[in-house]
Amino acid sequence: MKKHFLKTLLLTATLIFTSLGVSFAEPKKGGTLIAAVGNNPRHLNPAVQSGIVTGFPGAQLFATPIRYDNNWEPQPYLAESWDISDGGKTVKLNLVKDAVFHDGVPIKSSDVKFSLETIKKHHPFKTMFAPVVSVETPDEHTAVLKLSSPHPALMLAMSSQLMAIIPEHVYGDGQDPKTHPQNSENVVGSGPFKLVEFKSGEHIILERFDDFFIDGRPYLDKMVLKIIRDPATRTIGLENGEIDFYAFENVPTNINRLKKNANLNVTPDGYAAIGPIDWLAFNTKSGKTADVNVRRAIAYAIDRNFILKAIMLGVADEARTGIHPGSPYYEPDVEAYDIDIDKANKILDDAGYKKGSDGMRFGLNVDFGWPGLRPNAEYTKAALKKIGIDVTVRQSADFPTWAQTVSNHNFDLTWDTVFNWGDPVIGVHRTYQTSNIKKGVIWSNTQQYSNPKVDAIMEKAGVENDMDKRKALYSELQKMLANDLPVYWTNTLPYHTIYSNKVGNPPMGIWATSSPMDMTYIKD
Amino acid sequence: MLLVLLVVVILNFLMLHLAPGDIADTIAQTMGGADEQDMAELRKQYGLDQPFFIQLFNYVVRVALLDFGQSHFYNLPVFDLIMERFPATLLLVFSAQILSLFVGILLGVYAAQNPNGLSSLFVNMFSLFGYAAPVFWTGILLLIAFSLHIPIFPVSGMRDITIESGNFFVHFFDVLKHLFLPMITLASIFFAYYSRLCRASMLEVLGADFVRTAKAKGLSKKNVLLKHALKNSLSPVITFAGLSFSAVVSGAILVETVYSWPGLGTLAFNSIISRDTPVLLGILIFSTLMVTVGNLLTDLTLKALDPRIKI
Repeated sequence: MKKHFLKTLLLTATLIFTSLGVSFAEPKKGGTLIAAVGNNPRHLNPAVQSGIVTGFPGAQLFATPIRYDNNWEPQPYLAESWDISDGGKTVKLNLVKDAVFHDGVPIKSSDVKFSLETIKKHHPFKTMFAPVVSVETPDEHTAVLKLSSPHPALMLAMSSQLMAIIPEHVYGDGQDPKTHPQNSENVVGSGPFKLVEFKSGEHIILERFDDFFIDGRPYLDKMVLKIIRDPATRTIGLENGEIDFYAFENVPTNINRLKKNANLNVTPDGYAAIGPIDWLAFNTKSGKTADVNVRRAIAYAIDRNFILKAIMLGVADEARTGIHPGSPYYEPDVEAYDIDIDKANKILDDAGYKKGSDGMRFGLNVDFGWPGLRPNAEYTKAALKKIGIDVTVRQSADFPTWAQTVSNHNFDLTWDTVFNWGDPVIGVHRTYQTSNIKKGVIWSNTQQYSNPKVDAIMEKAGVENDMDKRKALYSELQKMLANDLPVYWTNTLPYHTIYSNKVGNPPMGIWATSSPMDMTYIKD
Repeated sequence: MLLVLLVVVILNFLMLHLAPGDIADTIAQTMGGADEQDMAELRKQYGLDQPFFIQLFNYVVRVALLDFGQSHFYNLPVFDLIMERFPATLLLVFSAQILSLFVGILLGVYAAQNPNGLSSLFVNMFSLFGYAAPVFWTGILLLIAFSLHIPIFPVSGMRDITIESGNFFVHFFDVLKHLFLPMITLASIFFAYYSRLCRASMLEVLGADFVRTAKAKGLSKKNVLLKHALKNSLSPVITFAGLSFSAVVSGAILVETVYSWPGLGTLAFNSIISRDTPVLLGILIFSTLMVTVGNLLTDLTLKALDPRIKI
């Protein structure tokens, strides 16, 4: 009995100590994170350059007023608190008091005003701050945003890489901020890391900013971002331990291969706000696809499960609408167009598209936006043959070639990957708004889809501050879009983050590496 | 040569002009979206809204004044962008060329001694394999072998940025270590050319009268082979090496991509797909320069081999 008691005591003690050990595992300070990036950024100033490539270094160099946790809840960052009043038309930001830029100059409310105005003028996502009429600065640490209408997208637009606070005394010197020399060299930021060196095509080296406004952070001393364009080389680098961290991996074979490595962790978490969705877009204005029956028949003939299993090899998620499944606004209860060849054939028969002697009804072209979508295009050809549509796969030489074809509306079908960018107002509305049919502009409403009812719902949802009411509006929107089918959404682009066992706290929030990595650390 | 350059510049400009899309589209791509006014503004800023001939004229005038201009994509001076990467490409191209010549000639001489033997067959197969295999595939294969399974060489880049030592030799060996695999990969394409050429040329020379005389004089086999036969059979190999210099430069593009070698190749590729005309023009001039220097070196080598040749 005594022996048994001792044994139990020992076991309990061990258990307690181990659990203590886990819960008190303080992030270790110091160390260098070697990360890979797949592309060369144009420059490092996210205020005038969007995109995930600039986003990674950009979010480390520049702080934003707020940041988001893993559950889409806004958290204080450069703004320690905020008040929304006047029915959502006045937003007051109370800035952290002792924050300084990398050159030691204090961050003031006038810098917030300057940053917002610069972004509003030069950032491609005009919807982010369109309703902001003015920014008042009653004192150095208070910025008051005056809006013409309530704007629920504002919170997300003030996070991640989207509202970088840039110093007015550097970027407000009269030079064009888009081509400012300090966008690439001698960057003066406000974030947890400062720039040591940016060698185009080679690497970006970032170093801990000692006077960062959150005490004790960041944990890392240094971040080295190696620019490695070749996916196979990156994979080998991760496998042999030369690279600790890589985000935005989307090649299914690489993901599955890396999952087998015991030294590496592979996770799809962290991309909900980036929200990348693969879809088949239709030309709804001209050609056979202008007929909604044709679009529906095509959707019924394409097997989403085949794409998920055979092309994406099980690493991607189903996406039934244009809103990412990770978003609180996602509505899965819509017409999903599960595979039904008979129904597809019947729809076409009823609509009067008779099969010719060769078994074909008519021909269509399918384009694709980037090489990763080639299998989808090839599959489309095979799938639509079953319902008598003769598909020609058109290969574009490169992105600008494809962009010209699609943005000038010279297409029938095209596979594409489009990002949500946080709030639907920023990255979802643009695909379906009648007012956004803009010839020559890629990722506008290139489908030329127009439905006044859909326009009205989006307008309402864009100014609805009540979360539940807003969800209901977006639910209705997704159902209507699934019915009209300007786009057939299939799956999320399988972005994955790969990190070695020695990396603690990799960015798992909604913005992936487009968020500050001040809490990431290297274990012993 | 200036005329050639002018024609090259005009052709290059024409080709880029014929390609659909422009810098405004590629910037929209990196941005994940675009705004109409921004795109129009960009086109105006870079003179893309001007008529074709005015654009061409401005372009040629700039070249004539040796003004490389600003990169549209990176907003950096083209000259700086190129100078940053030029040494890396130079190092890769010259070291690969020298290695492939050295190994190629060695294999050729070896194979020529017993032209129908098993060793000759082996040399042929080995070199043809390097020639036939796509260079990016060879590159990845070498990476899997020597970076993953036998981790001797690093996978990417040109130097280890975590090295803090100021010692020159530490850095020298670091670069050498990074250079090894890209150099072999690029050289592997040309082993076949040089070894086969050298073998054929050696066979011809070995049957010549002066070789028989040398043998009859009682010279050692080594002496006959290297001093008499090889020296006289090298000129076609060297001439061909000069001619293939441009091919080495273009092969460097793929090798640089696989190994993330920070050279001109990746920059050239990027500037084509992003329609960054000024950068491509700059690279063109530098490549021309590189090929010209390569040809000059070839001529000098030929003269050293055969004093009858006049430059």
